[in-house]
Amino acid sequence: MIDWRLNLRAVIGRAYPRVIGSFREPSWLFFDIFLPLLGIAAFAFYYQALGAPSVFIGFVILGGAMTAYWLNVLWSMAAQFYWEKEVGNLQLYLMAPMSRMSVLAGMALGGIFFTSVRALSTLALGLLIFGIEIEITSPISLLVVFFLTLFALYGMGMMFSSLYLLYGRGVWHLSSVFQEPIYFVSGFYFPVKALGFWVSLLASIVPITLGLDAMRQLIFAGQETMGFLPVSVEIVVLILLAVVFIYGARVALNFMENLGKREGRLTLRWQ
Amino acid sequence: MNNAVECRSLTRSFKGNAKQQAIIALDNIDLDVREGELFGLLGPNGAGKTTLIKILATLLLPSSGKVTVLGYDVEREAHKIRPRINMVSGGEFSGYGLLTVRENLWMFSQFYGIPTRIAKQRIDELLHDFELADKADAKVRTISTGQRQRMNVVRGFVTDPDLIFLDEPTLGLDVNSSRTIRDYIRRWVREQNGKTALITTHYMMEAEELCDRVAIIDRGRILACDSPCNLKKQVQRDAVFTLETTQFADLDSIGHISGVKGYTGETNGERQKIRIVAEEESVLAEVIQVIAGKGGKVISLTKVESTLEDVFLQLVGRGLI
Ligand SMILES: Nc1ncnc2c1ncn2[C@@H]1O[C@H](COP(=O)(O)OP(=O)(O)OP(=O)(O)O)[C@@H](O)[C@H]1O
Ligand SMILES: [Mg+2]
Repeated sequence: MIDWRLNLRAVIGRAYPRVIGSFREPSWLFFDIFLPLLGIAAFAFYYQALGAPSVFIGFVILGGAMTAYWLNVLWSMAAQFYWEKEVGNLQLYLMAPMSRMSVLAGMALGGIFFTSVRALSTLALGLLIFGIEIEITSPISLLVVFFLTLFALYGMGMMFSSLYLLYGRGVWHLSSVFQEPIYFVSGFYFPVKALGFWVSLLASIVPITLGLDAMRQLIFAGQETMGFLPVSVEIVVLILLAVVFIYGARVALNFMENLGKREGRLTLRWQ
Repeated sequence: MNNAVECRSLTRSFKGNAKQQAIIALDNIDLDVREGELFGLLGPNGAGKTTLIKILATLLLPSSGKVTVLGYDVEREAHKIRPRINMVSGGEFSGYGLLTVRENLWMFSQFYGIPTRIAKQRIDELLHDFELADKADAKVRTISTGQRQRMNVVRGFVTDPDLIFLDEPTLGLDVNSSRTIRDYIRRWVREQNGKTALITTHYMMEAEELCDRVAIIDRGRILACDSPCNLKKQVQRDAVFTLETTQFADLDSIGHISGVKGYTGETNGERQKIRIVAEEESVLAEVIQVIAGKGGKVISLTKVESTLEDVFLQLVGRGLI
């Protein structure tokens, strides 16, 4: 039986340090907004030089803003438990009566908040600086797609963090290995369709690919032809991804926790 | 009276690596801790104390044997145990440095579902008891190691557990901080009904003055388990001496003398301080002879009252630390 009140408190408790963290470290804020803007500017000038329509720059700004979520999932979700184990938090989490999923959910919610501050600032500044006009055809669909993307993306992060639970420092390398190719393949800086059907399909395993694709179609009216799949299809796939990843996280976490309790690896430090 | 902890034939081993064979951290242990008791686990490094606590705290499974905590099986009923226990380890670095002491404590209380109002009240009281009130709003990364350690102990008590595990809670603390913590633990157990504390320590004095009963553990086995007073009676029959000598070559040779049950040696400049538990006083003659043979000279010799340390010396054959 699940004690909802306890677990709700646990989720909020775990999200708290991340929410507070986004205000206590203003210097990060600067780097986290400024650096993506630099990346965006590089592509924007490139597209301008090529004489591409301004909507392309809009694509880049949206992609650049969403990058923040991808980095957050890689470094503060997937690799998180390794760090928590090192400082001794993990054993305290596992010893507490809350559901393990509450820890993950708290981490995800906190991460989403923390990152949204950055992503929205990047988006607003980018659109302002480059004077891009947006025309949102359906705000509701846009919100649905946005939240579904985050759900699925952080679901993936939850699953990875469970799978990484027992790994040592190797986690760091794994996250770095993932970081760059996904940048490219998920079409942060160009429509993913440009990579061809099969690559796009493969890239769609990372929820941000379809999420970005759908959001671009919804934010820049008249650009549906640049989309990889119709928005409605992308919404269905995103729902599926979210369910699969979150369920997968639960199974993986259970499995890893039991394995760890048997092998004595949950609390080992400096391995 | 009920037992807060029951271990029957508890064994825990760890897989070794390619060259090493398996490590047996706990070897067929039987142990009862009664409800309302302040129980001490005393043993040298690697004895298995932390391993035992991890099993009781539902973080590690037994390899074999049966273990119940508060009447529930640690393997199958961990979810019934968890709301009622807590654990603090010496030197842990838990929490988030960005949060204040109060926020950190609040966060951990939320994992036990404690309503914020109650949590805040308890936190304030405990911070006061542990002389941390002036650090309540300091970020955790700015407080000292000893303050951090006291915060960790507060974390353990905030959830008002029925059974608390304290793994070397006074590790590396100054005399005052240690006393604050010990006094609190003692009051916590004594002044409430049915609260149990299981504490591990290296410090003999701590175990002797704090605990109702002590288990002496070495190499995964429990060598003795009784009240400090009864344990000391066991060695009363033995002769306990301290010797001060000049430096000499081979301290270990004392351990080889028949009739010597245990000894510790401590070098102090030119001098050597040795504490010996012997079967009878007559063994002393040979001890002095051996020391002379190795080039040492006895400066003083005192017969002393036995302490818990002597119990340990006798049982383990070597000193702690
Ligand atoms: N997760 C683990 N994997 C492998 N071996 C382990 C693990 N945990 C403990 N051990 C081994 O089990 C034995 C007992 O360790 P334990 O930590 O319980 O000792 P301890 O009594 O707490 O010692 P200390 O006083 O140093 O804290 C040691 O030999 C240790 O190396
Ligand atoms: Mg230990």
